[in-house]
Amino acid sequence: MSSLSLAVRDSTTMLRRNLLHVRRYPSLTLNLLLTPVMLLLLFVYVFGDVMSAGIGSGGADRSEYIAYLVPGVLLMTVGGTTVGSAVSVSMDMSEGIIARFRTMAIHRGSVLVGHVVGSVLQCVMSVLLVGAVAVAMGFRATDATALEWIAAFGLLVLFSLALTWIAVGMGMVSPNAEAASNNALPLIFLPLISSAFVPVDAMPGWFQPIAEYQPFTPAIETLRGLLLGTGIGHNGWLAAGWCVALCALGYFWSKAVFDRDPK
Amino acid sequence: MPSSVMPTPRQGDGPQSPAALSAIGLRKSYGDKTVLDGIDLRVPAGSVFALLGPNGAGKTTTVQILSTLITADSGQAQVAGHDVATSPDGVRAAIGVTGQFSAVDGLITGEENMLLMADLHHLSKREGRRVTAELLELFDLTDAAKKPASTYSGGMKRRLDIAMTLVGSPRIIFLDEPTTGLDPRSRHNMWQIIRELVTDGVTVFLTTQYLDEADELADGIAVLNDGKIVAHGTAEELKRLIPGGHVRLRFTDPAAYRSAATALREITGDDEALTLQIPSDGTQRALRALLDRLDAAGVEADELTVHTPDLDDVFFALTGGTGRTDKKGMAVR
Repeated sequence: MSSLSLAVRDSTTMLRRNLLHVRRYPSLTLNLLLTPVMLLLLFVYVFGDVMSAGIGSGGADRSEYIAYLVPGVLLMTVGGTTVGSAVSVSMDMSEGIIARFRTMAIHRGSVLVGHVVGSVLQCVMSVLLVGAVAVAMGFRATDATALEWIAAFGLLVLFSLALTWIAVGMGMVSPNAEAASNNALPLIFLPLISSAFVPVDAMPGWFQPIAEYQPFTPAIETLRGLLLGTGIGHNGWLAAGWCVALCALGYFWSKAVFDRDPK
Repeated sequence: MPSSVMPTPRQGDGPQSPAALSAIGLRKSYGDKTVLDGIDLRVPAGSVFALLGPNGAGKTTTVQILSTLITADSGQAQVAGHDVATSPDGVRAAIGVTGQFSAVDGLITGEENMLLMADLHHLSKREGRRVTAELLELFDLTDAAKKPASTYSGGMKRRLDIAMTLVGSPRIIFLDEPTTGLDPRSRHNMWQIIRELVTDGVTVFLTTQYLDEADELADGIAVLNDGKIVAHGTAEELKRLIPGGHVRLRFTDPAAYRSAATALREITGDDEALTLQIPSDGTQRALRALLDRLDAAGVEADELTVHTPDLDDVFFALTGGTGRTDKKGMAVR
């Protein structure tokens, strides 16, 4: 068997194992969905009127705010789901079965690839579920062309991949599940200080550069542009750049930790 | 070099069988703590080798190095003809490992664990299912096959663990304390399985704290203490290493007892029970000399038994566990 087909075969086996875990124990995944859905309900039905008035689009119309809010919440969903990945990676690494895998003649990266692909699939499923809730609440993106839909989907997958690799690295260096969920906190925290809920212009001046150039804001602005036709500008390149950089960073980090002797 | 003071390992008749596993000067330390301080090993193919030692002696570290899980700081090791440092995948393809701590996936069922191993060994679907069913049956896990492994008892997890190790039909099997936590029946079943594996030509490298286990199974034993091999050989050779062996003569006739006591020197007697204890290493030559002396004195014992020290005595003497520091025990250090 060539080394590529070996890699694909072993990674597929590992992916099947991870999906089996998700299917057997759906509660972890579902819990992570609760946060974005709650935020969506809270910000639309409770704060919606104030927020709409605040973002300066004229009247206090919460249907306008839902349009503003959804792209950010979708990417927040990705962040939350990858926290779950960090936790499950750290739990998995403390299991004896990983030691067994290390002494088997299998493709060495397959353990990590299985986790990453599984996590990206989970992200896509979660985004679809939260998206469905958003549509039920009145979110519409009817102006987007097919090409824009494809690009939006591509962005979600790429962004999921980037955050997942980082989350896998965080999971690898965490000794237990609690530490992993603490270490992965930035993945939940960053969207809160992005343009997900309010435009960057509405933030204090000294804070604006941080909010504007952190990974979530460009991705949110790009998604917003693709779905709702707002301006994308340099955000598209910025988002793509962040994704590639985070993927590379997370990949090399995770690989370096995995290749180290286990303790 | 510790090997210079070691007893000579058993010399097989004819040329030595090829080594399934050999190591020279393995060293490993974690920070200041030296876990392995230069150990040498040689395990002939198709034999059972037991690494015996107290907790913290470095048994698990040795297994981890030989099974490519961790790398040694220095030294060389070859397993199945491959160097563990330069060709770990060659080693991995030939070995099966059951670590000390459960290496099963608790979130999925026993059967799914087995099928996972079959997939990773690239068996066909049909072959994987056949091997899974066969091994689950062999390890008495068929009834529990559909339950999550996390619900298994300690003994069941252990059995599943070893069943998973056997999926790829490895030529060399590492078992780190394979019977720890098993009940006596499972323990004997495990021994039986290990013996059957060897019949099929598999080499077994096991670690144990149980002396009777090493005695029962192993062709060769190495005693590991404080990161050093303090002795190696067969169980019998190890037992002869330390004093404590004796021949016991029992008499029914007090007159015979007395004449025997006079004829033999260096003895301790029990006048009540009419028994004599003569220190002896239990070799044929020593026994013949003893019998010759009895014959010359014209006495005949009613019962003669040879007592060799058991492995417990050897273990304590070699590992200094109880401070029983007799001369010979010191000499083999």
